[in-house]
Amino acid sequence: MATAETRSPRILVFSTNAISDMGIDLAGSAHMAYSPTVQVIAVPCSGGINPAWIAHAVKSGFEGVFVAADGPECALLPDCVARTAKVVERAQEILKADGLDPQRVKMAAICSVCAEPFVNHMKQFGRSLAELPMATAGA
Amino acid sequence: MTGRKIGVVVCQCGGNISDYVDTEKVRAEAAKEGDVVSTQVQMFACSDAAQQAVIQEIREKKLDGIVVCSCSPKLHTATFRAMAERAGLNPYEYTQVNLREQCSWAHTHDRAAATEKGIRLVRAGIAKTALSRPLEKMRVETLPQALVIGAGIAGLRSALALSDLGISVHLIERADRPGGQVRRWGTLFPNDKAGKDLIEDLVRRVHERDNIQLYLGTELVERSGRVGAFSVKVRAPTGDLISLDVGAIVVATGFEPYTPAAGEFGYGLDGVLTLPELKELLAATPGPLVYRGRPVRSIAYVYCVGSRQPAEGGTQRTYCSRYCCSATSHLATVVTGLDPAVHQFHLFRDVRTYGKYEALYERALKGGSVFLRYSEEDLPTVVREDGGLVVRIHDRLLAGEEVEIRPDLVVLVTGMIPRANDDLVRNLKLPIGPDGFFREVHVKLRPVETVVDGVYIVGTAQGPKNVAESVATALASVSKAGALLLKGYVDLDPLVARVDPTLCEWCGECQTACPYGAIDEVEYGDRHIAQVNAVLCKGEGACVPACPKAAISVQGYTNEQITSMIDALAKEVA
Repeated sequence: MATAETRSPRILVFSTNAISDMGIDLAGSAHMAYSPTVQVIAVPCSGGINPAWIAHAVKSGFEGVFVAADGPECALLPDCVARTAKVVERAQEILKADGLDPQRVKMAAICSVCAEPFVNHMKQFGRSLAELPMATAGA
Repeated sequence: MTGRKIGVVVCQCGGNISDYVDTEKVRAEAAKEGDVVSTQVQMFACSDAAQQAVIQEIREKKLDGIVVCSCSPKLHTATFRAMAERAGLNPYEYTQVNLREQCSWAHTHDRAAATEKGIRLVRAGIAKTALSRPLEKMRVETLPQALVIGAGIAGLRSALALSDLGISVHLIERADRPGGQVRRWGTLFPNDKAGKDLIEDLVRRVHERDNIQLYLGTELVERSGRVGAFSVKVRAPTGDLISLDVGAIVVATGFEPYTPAAGEFGYGLDGVLTLPELKELLAATPGPLVYRGRPVRSIAYVYCVGSRQPAEGGTQRTYCSRYCCSATSHLATVVTGLDPAVHQFHLFRDVRTYGKYEALYERALKGGSVFLRYSEEDLPTVVREDGGLVVRIHDRLLAGEEVEIRPDLVVLVTGMIPRANDDLVRNLKLPIGPDGFFREVHVKLRPVETVVDGVYIVGTAQGPKNVAESVATALASVSKAGALLLKGYVDLDPLVARVDPTLCEWCGECQTACPYGAIDEVEYGDRHIAQVNAVLCKGEGACVPACPKAAISVQGYTNEQITSMIDALAKEVA
């Protein structure tokens, strides 16, 4: 049986078309390995993510959701970081209300060349998710 | 099943994908999805032959959606949208699945797991496509008139170049005379032409043009409308409001020189000037330099004052102001030219006389200038002692040895800071970067465009620049504005927000969340709902998390689409 050390939790990443998805592309272009259980949905801007999508992902079997935010470089929303943080906070509230661990949602700014930081985030987030008790709500 | 007829193309990318992902298995699994009526594997989906084969399949099977699983959407979205169009399919019914950068290349070590992920990704692409809608680009007309804000060197040059293209220009300037900062300066690097002469020549040419109207003492007070047809109101010195209709806006509002705090490197002491103050003094003094009636025999320049500061403490002046090292090296050569006996000491952190301006540094050195290097942690001090100025520096090039200089003048080489333009920022709805300057869409690829279509930022309004660089961006904006206005129309991306009128109960949350003023309250039957002004909407979706009824979403990223993509990704692979 897989232990917390070896298990690869399923992670859904929300990336952004103009910035963080390019950083994730770059990780692949550089053949920097991360777990294939990480899957990405790209959206226009992290400030436009519906918290319900995040909650839906956790309830649908993803052990964690990582918001690869635009960060301060967002050209569309000058206050993108604050808006994205609010989205994550609200998603965490939904999870808590459903008895799920809010630590299953994480956000970090991933820039368009942040290949290595992305891969490191995936490894760290994967490790911390593996240590959480398995999600039970909705199951 | 939605009754759609979707085709799926799985690209091998000549082994870039198929070496690490079982593309045949991905195709076979895609074929099992409900709405999929056609699947194929191509060695290079982007090749002419493959595109032709896909076009034929779209036509023969009357496909109403196509999913191409190949490289990153950044590379070939435009290619395959055009392919879809050639096949008679709406280009927004096409979805690209990133099977290379985000699958095969990232998971080269585990073919089975990469293939499983590929299957999930293609399922998500199919789910998204099944809920896609045909969208049309919005074509709007453009008016061949431009507003240029700011009549400094960048604004004047923009106005003349727009006029050359036959575009009528309204050039507004807040001050009561044109010329901005450059007018006040004496000789400029690299060719020793006076700033005042450069400006006067441009102003004379502006006055000669029938299609440039210069408004002095005038400010923008209101902007509405959209790319190609903005309505602006400007306030004349009389207080009258003038309405102007323009197709594009060039923002050339310039910079503010940094003013040191009292006591910062002795600022406020007699004989301590800033770089612009020395430039003005030189411009006003014929012959050898004289300060308050006393001949100047020695000068100490302190570099990087107000630039390259630590990020903490609310200030974000972490940037280099670019022009100051070259300008100061140049000034040193001017001073030497007036009187070779003047001693000049340059207290620097790093010398950034980049590119061609390296020659100025060489000339300053050859003219006898002495350069002493200080560190950020150990700043030079400037005090008045015994009736004279005393500058002390621990010179890094002398292993930190203290050097004492007693100059007649201390010049603080001050950088550029953004102008306080709060009203303008609010009226134009332009984003500001963390450094306080206007922010471009893409620093390399779209350096003068802003997220507001038809509004361009040029010169030092966008960040520190020297005159040559400011003029280069001014002319870049003219090429962008010219391309926009001379064509007579512009096609806008339809991937913008849309309101479901059956769900919306108008609470105003989306309007508050939208930074672009793109949401209006409208009547809908006997109630009020939100309506998106598609031309103003940027499609970033700020309104989406704000809506308590999930009634607003961005086309291509609707709640239904994202939810079904999540379901498709989560579904187990047999």
